Amino acid sequence: MPVRLTMTVNGKPVSAEVEPRLLLVDFIRDTLRLTGTHIGCDTAQCGACTIHMNGNAVKCCNMLAVQAQGAQIVTIEGLAKADGTMHPMQAAFRDHHGLQCGYCTPGMVMSALDLVKRHPNPSEETIRAELDGNLCRCTGYHNIVKAVQAGAKA
Amino acid sequence: MHEFNYHKASSVADAAARIASSSDGKLLAGGQTLIAAMKMRLAAPADIVDLGGIADLRGIKVEGGGIVVGAMTTHAEVSASKDVQKAIPALAVLAGSIGDRMVRNMGTLGGSVANNDPAADYPAALVALGATVITSRRKLAADQFFTGMYETALETGEIITSVSFPVPKRAGYMKFKNPASRYAMVGVFVADTASGVRVAVTGAGPSVFRVADMEKALAKSFSPDAAANVKVSANGLNTDIHASAEYRAHLVSVMAKRAVEQALAGK
Repeated sequence: MPVRLTMTVNGKPVSAEVEPRLLLVDFIRDTLRLTGTHIGCDTAQCGACTIHMNGNAVKCCNMLAVQAQGAQIVTIEGLAKADGTMHPMQAAFRDHHGLQCGYCTPGMVMSALDLVKRHPNPSEETIRAELDGNLCRCTGYHNIVKAVQAGAKA
Repeated sequence: MHEFNYHKASSVADAAARIASSSDGKLLAGGQTLIAAMKMRLAAPADIVDLGGIADLRGIKVEGGGIVVGAMTTHAEVSASKDVQKAIPALAVLAGSIGDRMVRNMGTLGGSVANNDPAADYPAALVALGATVITSRRKLAADQFFTGMYETALETGEIITSVSFPVPKRAGYMKFKNPASRYAMVGVFVADTASGVRVAVTGAGPSVFRVADMEKALAKSFSPDAAANVKVSANGLNTDIHASAEYRAHLVSVMAKRAVEQALAGK
């Protein structure tokens, strides 16, 4: 039986009738058409689908949309300003070439923001440990670490 | 994922009533194992009873010299808790080492304990610390709670509400992570408690178990070498593509040694 689902996504209230088995990532991508959040492994390992729920980074491919009932959700689309100015962490990824193919990047940026909230001036070791739930199969970790360090200071 | 009926429980009593009225229901905590299993159709419950809306099940309290953690408290919350860090630093370290950051923001103590994955971290902490599992019906000692691979003493429809951890004199937890999954290939929790030294091992066997010889050796001398010198039999331990039973048996002594070092360092 469908469930009435209401939440706030990137500051805007959204509401829809959904099947309980709908994953949050499919609600975000297919229902809301916010396709910046990626599905990589679809098994909760790669972190490409990382978003923020009530301020915490979570993998939205591994949860039901109904688990986010009433939640505050922020996706990668919610970071830039209305005029298109990138969030400092996004700008740091561009400046330090913290991406190759870019597929993992939305998840990396969302995890990086969760990380710098708790570690305002993170060491390389801290960044590598904290990002262990985000996989970059181009193996571009070196510049990702540099980007996160720069983004933390920005 | 197969279809199911979704029930959002408003209280523990409501959850108990809803799970009792289902012939094939599952309780949903953080869902970090259950949702993945349902996606792969390894689990296909007819009813899901979501515990996520029950505020009473969340939070950490200091009570009577112990720490009581609500079943729906996330690993990230346990790891960041000043009360846990002060009273049982090894428990905070353990919670902060489960999965990755995103899993820790969703995964819960109650979910982990009820699932009793052979490689889960929390069962080792509960058994070594002599914790008590508090359910909707009764209180269970950790030694009696974990009964086998993915099996616990929980009855159908019984719901974990919290876990009470006595504060040990000192404790340490160390695991050898599978380099791919990061699950414990072997994890050892050593606790010097009011009722003696207790050593609990996860990841190595079908379910968490204690090592009596190591507990005796550490009771005589609480030192890294005392733990390292006890050799563990490979009989009944897990063999898979990642490690043989013999290798896991060896790792138990090595991880126990490091856990004692951590306990002595007090962090």
